[in-house]
Amino acid sequence: MATDVSKITEKSPWQDLTKGNQIYGSGTSKAFQTGEWRSQTPLFEEEKCTQCLLCVPVCPDSSIPVADGKRQAFDYDHCKGCGICARVCPCGAITMREGQ
Amino acid sequence: MAVRERLSGNEAVSYAIKQINPDVMPAFPITPSTEIPQYVSAYIANGEMDTEFIPVESEHSSMSAAIGACAAGARALTATSSCGLALMWEELYVAASNRLPVVLALVNRALSGPININCDHSDSMGARDSGWIQIYAENNQEAYDNFIQAYRIAEHSAVSLPVMICQDGFITSHAVENIELLEDEAVKKFVGEYEPEHYLLNAKEAMAVGPYAVSNYYMETKMAQTLAMQNAKEVILSVAEEFAALSGRSYGFFEAYCLSDADYAIVMIGSAAGTTKVAVDELRAAGKKVGLLKLRVFRPFPEQEIAQALGHVKGVAILDRADSFSAHGGPLGSEVAAALFYAGHTMQARNFIYGLGGRDFRVQDACEIYEKMEQLVTRGASVPQYQYIGVRSSDQQ
Repeated sequence: MATDVSKITEKSPWQDLTKGNQIYGSGTSKAFQTGEWRSQTPLFEEEKCTQCLLCVPVCPDSSIPVADGKRQAFDYDHCKGCGICARVCPCGAITMREGQ
Repeated sequence: MAVRERLSGNEAVSYAIKQINPDVMPAFPITPSTEIPQYVSAYIANGEMDTEFIPVESEHSSMSAAIGACAAGARALTATSSCGLALMWEELYVAASNRLPVVLALVNRALSGPININCDHSDSMGARDSGWIQIYAENNQEAYDNFIQAYRIAEHSAVSLPVMICQDGFITSHAVENIELLEDEAVKKFVGEYEPEHYLLNAKEAMAVGPYAVSNYYMETKMAQTLAMQNAKEVILSVAEEFAALSGRSYGFFEAYCLSDADYAIVMIGSAAGTTKVAVDELRAAGKKVGLLKLRVFRPFPEQEIAQALGHVKGVAILDRADSFSAHGGPLGSEVAAALFYAGHTMQARNFIYGLGGRDFRVQDACEIYEKMEQLVTRGASVPQYQYIGVRSSDQQ
């Protein structure tokens, strides 16, 4: 019977951890919100965007979702604010703002 | 029926590996490696076993590959010696903290420098805090027997820790001795199949091994690891009991030789304990009440058992085949002294460093140590808290 790792939190006693902190189940990084680390935040202006999609593959955290061939709003739960998307955007549709 | 043979320590451990037939053996095949990977690869080439042998480019890689194989669900092992173990340092800790039951056949040899290929315990003693179980042998028979027991200890669900099976370089690894081997079927039945509860190649359960643990998790993880090491004590004894029923050869945390009524004891690890036994026999014949505690299991450290076994003696000489360069002695000296202190014992204890880089340890050396301890206890003679023995000095008394 696999341990339910979703029940292991920062309040869990040591007895409840899995051996060697093994994680059972896949896709668990989705629940780990790296966006909390952000000190700069990208802002998206849809009216300037030509949907060239250059920003999508360069995002190291896959935080620019795409649907029907169009980029969607930023996934701020996982965006660490690195600013690469703003640097590659040829249309000035992405600007970086200080703070979360 | 047991099989009588004459084998070197390297041959004996290789034979145990053949009988166990583990799944994967990554090993670095050249210096400072031992004959063990060579013998095992010959067995594989001859079709006598079907272990996957991976010749890797370094010991850093051999331990990494053993960790990967073990995490994938394979029974894995590697073999090395001396600086080869030193190059595995980072991975030793990874194997232990990931709770992977890898087994390592170690031939104890000195670490550089100066460059030296001969026996001492500086390699494994340097790895004493890496989280590995460490079991030492006095002779080839013990090296073989310890290896047969290794996986049963490592893979026990209350333990899940890697095990290092250690023997003395050249003294046992290359010397040929009479040995009693178990039959293949008996070994296979005793060791059993490895059936990990979780493993990476299990298509029915996705898993991750070795994730990052932030400060909120790291210490709880270490707490679980230290408890596993405590659990290993009971498992080591129960596996030894089963092994005794199979082989007729009994093992514990240590061997007490003429110790129960001894006034003076030597505590030491490995092949030189055989030399000390001769000294004990000679001194006993002359009416001296001397004894020996030969430690087999150094990790987990059987603190209370050692303190109990030594509780009655008047003087304890603790012999280290490695120096800690702590300026107060070797690792065994520190730990045995701590065990005695915590148990409330106040007998005289001294630490002696011997046999570094293959320096001979003679019967006469052991006799002199017993004599020093007696002079210390009965006449208050001055004996330094720790000292090198068998070393040339311009200020010899």
